[in-house]
Order: sequence, then structure tokens, then C-alpha cells
Amino acid sequence: MTTRSSLTLTVNGTDHALELDHRTTLLDALREHLGLTGSKKGCDHGQCGACTVLLGGRRVNACLTLAVQVRGREVTTVEGLGTPEDLSPLQEAFLECDALQCGYCTSGQLVSGVAVQQEAADGWPSAVTEDLTAGLSGPVVLDDAEVRERMSGNLCRCGAYRGITAAVLA
Amino acid sequence: MKELRYEAPADVAAAVALLSRPGARAIAGGTNLVDLMKLGVETPDLLVDVDALDLAGVEDTADGGLRIGAGTRNSDLAADPRVRSRYPVLSRALLSAASGQLRNAASTGGNLLQRTRCSYFTDTSKACNKRVPGSGCPAVEGLSRGLAVLGTSEHCLATHPGDMSVALAALDAVVHAETPDGPVEIPLVDFHRLPGDAPQTDTVLPAGSVVTAVSLPPSRGVSTYRKARDRASYAFALVSVAAVLEVEDGVVRDVRIALGGVAHKPWRATLAEQALTGQPATAESFRAAADAELAQATPTAQNAFKVPLARRLVVGTLLELTGADL
Repeated sequence: MTTRSSLTLTVNGTDHALELDHRTTLLDALREHLGLTGSKKGCDHGQCGACTVLLGGRRVNACLTLAVQVRGREVTTVEGLGTPEDLSPLQEAFLECDALQCGYCTSGQLVSGVAVQQEAADGWPSAVTEDLTAGLSGPVVLDDAEVRERMSGNLCRCGAYRGITAAVLA
Repeated sequence: MKELRYEAPADVAAAVALLSRPGARAIAGGTNLVDLMKLGVETPDLLVDVDALDLAGVEDTADGGLRIGAGTRNSDLAADPRVRSRYPVLSRALLSAASGQLRNAASTGGNLLQRTRCSYFTDTSKACNKRVPGSGCPAVEGLSRGLAVLGTSEHCLATHPGDMSVALAALDAVVHAETPDGPVEIPLVDFHRLPGDAPQTDTVLPAGSVVTAVSLPPSRGVSTYRKARDRASYAFALVSVAAVLEVEDGVVRDVRIALGGVAHKPWRATLAEQALTGQPATAESFRAAADAELAQATPTAQNAFKVPLARRLVVGTLLELTGADL
């Protein structure tokens, strides 16, 4: 019985050849096999969002994604957003807005925040968007309520939500 | 999790053949299945990746409806311009569900087949007739606040936890699947089961089947979805209402109402619909219709609040659709 597969994971633009047990989640592959520990394991059940990564440019919970299912697809982690020397605009905004305390959820918040900005630019509505058809011809304008709704899959036990919301809006 | 094999089938027929083996499970986004595997609730030894089948995409149908491929992600379906303008109840239901991350991963077919979130089902240290048939239902005398009030049995109080299926029930959607005996089309309202004495079976879909698509008839009337829950976002429904309403000269010409969070399946409120058809589109008729449906509720002491909540939610949703100033 073959319970392992050889596969290539493309993470932050680099191809990695791996041989993984089929049970390996994308999160464990990133953290344990590739040494990319920016994505965090919080709940490991898709409830907290600390493991959020971009898969083909879209945010997903890496803890609920099996690595074998994403072979050949493009994965972006927090390490791919910016570097300590060259922070991304949202990372700069998190510093400006004091959007963290302990920092454990921050990488997931950052990846999710980048995706939220893109989803709004693409005109995707949310549960609090009053007119569902408003974004059909252009971006949805984010405000406090929109960001709070769209970021609800990322928990922050320090309660830095005000700063996080401000940073995503900055 | 136990060791498992993984197969990416080349076509639907190959997927059905693989899924007909004991211990096989279909996986798409994995948002529910991987979680249940970690909990030890699901213990497959073969995963069949139905994402390999390229079943994603929304197409117009000849009759003016839509055909939603089973691989279509919840986020893509919610954002589809045709769904947003012609089937707002479906967009609203999808957008009220889960989180942005989960909606990007969750597929249409997987969403239909998601398991209950009853806390006894997901806790392998407890009895549960759905997980271990015949072991008992601790919810009957235990924690039932979030559980069913309609169509329950002494063997199971679990609810279908989804939002999408509730909207699909109100839209008269049809599920298309490939079974070991060939293709089938099953109306959404008949797709999920009531628990009866076999709560281990969620749907009427034969073992080994692959859901390939969901089709919607042409849109009619106005529609929306409302969801009452414990948090403002990212929570399952206590009660939800999907409603499609056609009013002519102040009289209800046609109405379709489905309730979520209250039963083992998306609950089509046919008694309410019958009571309301031909009646004036007023709060008074809406209340009478809701009462006609909810008279059959069998709540526990813990979830009795869901009955008046459902009543108010039905009335409020219908009033919203009539354009009443709330």
C-alpha cells in the first residue's frame, strides 16, 4: 500500500521536491519539512486562521489542506510577502497601527489581510455588503464593517482587532 | 490519522470505481473531511481527489437557469455575477458561511455532503448514533441548544450545518451525480434525509457516487437569506431562513421558504408556503404561515428558543422582501 508520494511544492517562487506521507498537511510540510515557520499552528482545525497562506493567490487554511493535493500549485506564505529589510505595505501598516501584541496570529492576519485587499479590489461582496451587485463593475470599497467581517476567520487572543482593522484599511 | 492511499482519478468513471471500494472517501477542499480525520471521526484508507476531475465552473443552461459544477468553490459561486444578480439568496447564504479562507477551499459538492457539527458526533469519547450506529444519542438528555427542533427522532438531534443547501432548497435546485449504477438527478429537498432510525446516513446518495453538479431553474421573484447566530460572523446558524417571494398586487403569488439550523436536512417549509400562497403579503399572514410550519416543532428545553426565533426570522425575512420599512 502506497501511503507516501513524491511531489513538488512551489513556495514563494521556489520549487521544493519532497516525499511526504499523504496525511501531511500543507502547514506541516511548510513548517516541518521546509523550515518555513512563519505560518503558525494555532487550533489546527481551521478555526483560528494562524496558518493562513495563499494558494494560487487565494487565502486558505494550510492546516486543513493536504500537501499532496496542492502539488504543482503556487503557495505564498508570510515569508513571501516581505523581508525584515523590505517590508510589504501591509507589514508596514501593522507596525504603524500597532496591530499586534504577542504576534502569534500576525502572520495569518497579514496573509489574510493581503487577500482581503485583493478580494475587495476584485469586487467580491461580503456578508455585510448591502448591494450584492455593487462590485460587479469595480472594487468594493472597504470600511470598518467590511474589514471586520472579511477578517473574521483570523482570531487574535490579544484583541488587537482595532489595530488590525486600521492596518488593513490603511 | 491512519495511513492512507491517495488517488487522483482521470475521469468520473474512474472516481466512481475507486469510491466503490470500502474505506474510500472523496476529497475536494478537505475543509470538513481533513478536520474529521484529525478528530478520528472519519478514518478513510483511500482518498479520491475529485478536484482532479475538473468539475469547477458555472454555466448558463438552455432553460435560463444555471449549472454549477461540483468543484466550484464557495467563494467563486458567491461572487459569480449571475448568482449575485439573479439568485441573491444563494450569494447571501454562501457569504454568511464559514470564513474567507474556508470559502476559498470548500467546494459545492463537498458543502452538500458536509457532516453535522453536533458536539457528540465530533467527540469520539462519546456515544453517537450517527458515528457509531446503535451507541445512543447523549444529546437527547444532554447538550442540545444548537440542535434540531424539526423532524427529529429519538435517535438523533443533529442538524445539517450548512447555509448553501438551505438556499438551494428554496431555489428548487437539483443535484446531479454519477453513481455506480449510472447518472442520477435528485431534487435538493430530497437529497438530505431525516434521521429516523438510521441517522448514520446523511443523504440518499448511493455509496460510491460522485456529485458532479447542481442545477438551478430560472430565477423567479425576489430572494434573500437571513441567519441568526451567536456571533456576528464566522458561526453556524442557530436558525437561518432562505426565502423566494413573488407578490402581485399585494397578494403572495408564490413563495418558497427553507429553514437552516433546525433539522437534519435543509427544512423546506411547505406548510408555511401553502398557508401563505394567495394571501395578502402582510406581517399578519407571514406570522400565520410561520406558525403553521412551526406547530410541528419538537424542541428540547435547551433549544425551545429556536421556535420563536425561527418565527421572527421568517416574518422579518418576508417583510424585507416585500420592501417593508423594518
